[in-house]
Amino acid sequence: MNQMKNFSKGILRENPILVLVLGACPTLATTSSAVNGLGMGLATTFVLLGSNVVVSLMQNVIPDKVRIPAFIVVIATFVTIVDLLMQAFVPSLYDTLGIFIPLIVVNCIVLGRAEAFASKNSVWSSFVDGAGMGLGFTLALGVLGAVREILGSGAIMGLKFISGDGILVFILAPGAFIALGYLIVIVNRINKA
Amino acid sequence: MEYILLIISAILVNNIVLAQFLGVCPFLGVSNKVSTAIGMSGAVTFVMVLATMVTYLIYTYILLPLGIGFMQTITFILVIAALVQMVEIILKKISQGLYQALGIFLPLITTNCAVLGVAILVIQKEYNLITGVIYGGATALGFGLALIILAGIREQLELADIPKGMQGVPISLITAGILALAFMGFAGLV
Repeated sequence: MNQMKNFSKGILRENPILVLVLGACPTLATTSSAVNGLGMGLATTFVLLGSNVVVSLMQNVIPDKVRIPAFIVVIATFVTIVDLLMQAFVPSLYDTLGIFIPLIVVNCIVLGRAEAFASKNSVWSSFVDGAGMGLGFTLALGVLGAVREILGSGAIMGLKFISGDGILVFILAPGAFIALGYLIVIVNRINKA
Repeated sequence: MEYILLIISAILVNNIVLAQFLGVCPFLGVSNKVSTAIGMSGAVTFVMVLATMVTYLIYTYILLPLGIGFMQTITFILVIAALVQMVEIILKKISQGLYQALGIFLPLITTNCAVLGVAILVIQKEYNLITGVIYGGATALGFGLALIILAGIREQLELADIPKGMQGVPISLITAGILALAFMGFAGLV
């Protein structure tokens, strides 16, 4: 029960993007289509799981004073692994996401979970927390990507359902800000109700 | 002439926040007041120019000869973190006034993805040292411009009657969207 709660808090109630508004940069930049959003979400989830488990394993080894640099090195290691793996296996997605793969290092969600959760809890709870937060992040990115793709190019997952162009502005930069703004309004409304 | 084009492009056309989505967190976080926005822009400019220079030198003269280019991400983030700490210590000793003005913003910069982003972009685009530093400085000015404009608008918004669910982050995001729309007008300038 407790682990279930631990897992599900990341999805809606403490969703890292839509409620805590952490990690806004990759959210806005990589959601021009649902597939890109999901790809970015999965890459971040992998880093989140890895860093949460390793930080939790080393919580007694790392001295308190240098914990932040130590966490960053752990995170950067996993980011480098993801970076090389994606370059090898999904080169086209890697090209689309571009600079935002190495920038997972400075995604506040990953460091935030390491500091606030993994450094104080058991390995298993940290794994579950990472999975929940990662899923929440991926879902938010997927939804935002889908909304922008439907409005912007009249397609979903690359399948076009209207002919011609959509509201082009939604795939461009301004649409990202506006769509995320309204998505947060909706989530606020659901959480309050 | 080439440099002027680079500067205009980095500030207006490819604005780092509004067109490339780097540094959105501080863009939303410290844009409540114009005075804090100016402080933050100053600190970012300072660190970004320094960081671009140092990471470029480290990449070209240490990582490349050793053949460990893949260590880029880890090295850069550590260098930036160390640099921010050092700048803070030096500023405290040398210029108390500047430290008072920029001090509280400096630690926040380590997690500003714009700084790491520009350092990586300079390597990716294969700029030389001078072009890289100019690009870093111009990008930082673009960041400052967007931040200060948004802060100005948000100060005015305080007086407006905003629906309850939209207060705070959502209205800032929508304002930023409209601002980005305005900046799109510069496309084609360069």
